[in-house]
Amino acid sequence: MDDPLVIAGESFSSRLIMGTGGMPSLDVLDRALVASGTELTTVAMRRVDPAASGSVLDLLAARGIRALPNTAGCYTAGEAIRVARLAREALGTSWVKLEVIADERTLLPDPIELLTASEQLIADGFVVLPYTNDDPVLARRLEQAGCAAVMPLGSPIGSGLGIRNPHNIELIVESAGVPVILDAGIGTASDAAIAMELGCAAVLLATSVTRARDPELMATAMREAVQAGRLALRAGRVPRRRHAQASSPAMN
Amino acid sequence: MTITVNGEPHLAAGAMSLADAVALLTTKPAGVAAALNGEVVRRPDWPQTPLADGDEIEVVTAVQGG
Repeated sequence: MDDPLVIAGESFSSRLIMGTGGMPSLDVLDRALVASGTELTTVAMRRVDPAASGSVLDLLAARGIRALPNTAGCYTAGEAIRVARLAREALGTSWVKLEVIADERTLLPDPIELLTASEQLIADGFVVLPYTNDDPVLARRLEQAGCAAVMPLGSPIGSGLGIRNPHNIELIVESAGVPVILDAGIGTASDAAIAMELGCAAVLLATSVTRARDPELMATAMREAVQAGRLALRAGRVPRRRHAQASSPAMN
Repeated sequence: MTITVNGEPHLAAGAMSLADAVALLTTKPAGVAAALNGEVVRRPDWPQTPLADGDEIEVVTAVQGG
């Protein structure tokens, strides 16, 4: 595997992690996930609905995509820990995308609850991937607590506003010893490419694909944008210059 | 006795195990977890977990999200 994404000792060839929320149907979701090339995809944990038809888990299993349970909708460390434990039992995975949000209007992470939940889940043997603010200090604290990655937001969940503070993302990447995964806020393909050019190890997105006019086509765009951004990072961009620099030889 | 399963009251005529309560909602052999009064109970232990009047049971699975 060339240039794999490695999280907690496990390798992935795709650097695009997908969410599944907001898809009009499982069939559209299936086609978009295949187009995205993703190998790791988030799911939420909710009460069993006896009337539900089809299962996102069956879909992921059929495509060989690993399910990453999240704790979406939790407002306290206690709630998030309970959901993570249910997810571990239901899905047989100790990996969790930890979300502890502060309020419904912004869906921003609550940093205090997030760090508390991370510490307790790590002590309980979980591999914790926290959805965090784009705060370099909090990212460092989460890494010190033992998180397997840090997942700063580009902008609020579902906003499509892209990366509002690229400088902070760069600061997080510079000092992180674990993968930095840009999570939330991606609006279109260029946002995903920028995340990778800033040095993120991967991008996690949902809304920009699931609510696109053509989710399958946007999933293809995201796959290629993540690859392009990663290649550009490895290739090394030219320095920015104040003035022109001729690319053709001078006239004799 | 009356138990609460996913927020809905359920009147049980006789003795019930956690496995019986889960079976009210789903027969899926995997992908489901259950908590009894807030504590997760491992699937192999469901049949040996008796329920008592007033117990609250949560039965969850993975859905689209995130």
